[in-house]
Amino acid sequence: MNGPHDMGGFTGFGPVLHEAGEPVWHHDWEPRAFALVLAMGMTGSWNIDEARHARERLPAMTYWRSSYYEMRHYAMILQLIELGLVSAMEEEHGRMAVPPKPVKRVAKVEMIPAILAAGSSYDRPSNRPQGFAIGDKVRARTISPRGHTRLPRYARGKAGEIVAVHGTHVFPDSSARGQGEDPQWLYTVRFTGAELWGKDTKDAVCIDLWEPYLEALA
Amino acid sequence: MMGGNREAYNMPHDGHHHDHDHADGSELSPIALRVKALESLLIEKGYVDPKALDVLIDTYETKVGPRNGARVVAKAWTDPAFADWLKRDATAAIASLGFTGRQGEHMVALFNTPDTHNMVVCTLCSCYPWPVLGLPPVWYKSMPYRSRAVIEPREVLKDFGVTVAQDREVRVWDSTAEVRYLVIPERPAGTEGWSEDQLADLVTRNAMIGTGVVTLPA
Repeated sequence: MNGPHDMGGFTGFGPVLHEAGEPVWHHDWEPRAFALVLAMGMTGSWNIDEARHARERLPAMTYWRSSYYEMRHYAMILQLIELGLVSAMEEEHGRMAVPPKPVKRVAKVEMIPAILAAGSSYDRPSNRPQGFAIGDKVRARTISPRGHTRLPRYARGKAGEIVAVHGTHVFPDSSARGQGEDPQWLYTVRFTGAELWGKDTKDAVCIDLWEPYLEALA
Repeated sequence: MMGGNREAYNMPHDGHHHDHDHADGSELSPIALRVKALESLLIEKGYVDPKALDVLIDTYETKVGPRNGARVVAKAWTDPAFADWLKRDATAAIASLGFTGRQGEHMVALFNTPDTHNMVVCTLCSCYPWPVLGLPPVWYKSMPYRSRAVIEPREVLKDFGVTVAQDREVRVWDSTAEVRYLVIPERPAGTEGWSEDQLADLVTRNAMIGTGVVTLPA
């Protein structure tokens, strides 16, 4: 979708303001919100692509106005209600009104270190043939899907060169729609700043793109 | 709109970095109340273990942070075999130092050279290599950084007081997939014979994102 999250190339948000000696949290509620998002993610109720897509589906102005942890919190509420894990009234009052729905797993305290250390890899075996090799010239397709995609708008229709091959990875466009992992070849594609922005520059942007986003350039 | 966004994402905070939350909730902000209510609800429904929340917070507050990445950089500077391993298989090389897991499952190390300065962004969300850098700073997740890094990286670097020579390429890496990038900055001159510990103390988080360079203390 052409959502508010697809920020690359916007202007008008002002300078990057960085804070010397920045603390991990700025408000007491931030670590609680962060931990809730992680712990609920560990219940297996959604995958990473569905979680990202929930954030992208927030109203644009909510997305842009909110701080990061607010935005994550709002997106999780959206998911909890959509999945029936929580009702809107329960969320408002903070008290259970309907019985819980079963979840795949509840991450108990003793499980946390192992879960964090293991992470979850996203490369998957696939029989799909590798369509491109390092050095190949490609063009990112011009698409405007209604659902989730990780092909940023600023790269669509632009020509670049394959600079790395990462094997076959979970394809977010499918995974976020609940249509399975559909592993696809993942490449890093280098685009020149001149191609992306029409600027006289020697700078470049490298973007990780799955094969369905790309077509061969003759 | 602009003011709202800059306040949410960007304005330096007022010095006391934590809300002074009161037990009766009377001074909690709307978002703090909402997070608190959801935490109670999710615990009541049995989806999350309250002790697990505390462990998650403690992990990212005290155990995982940019000192991990600094160890990787210092070893790369002093051990050519390790540097070579990092170039070939950063995930395995970094795991050999004990840094693995969530948001670091597929690592790539980007070595700055006299020809190239690397800089990492996630324009679509806030992807960041947690096992080596911890949680991202506010600016990394902010709209100004996510929007501008790809279109005007040199202007963004100016916001950080960094100037890259015109004859060097600024190569921006947009983390659109589950590959996570760690910049290996150039080792400063005058550090010949320094130990890994001494070198690691020089390496800043921003240098490992590409918005800083490593310098000797004045």
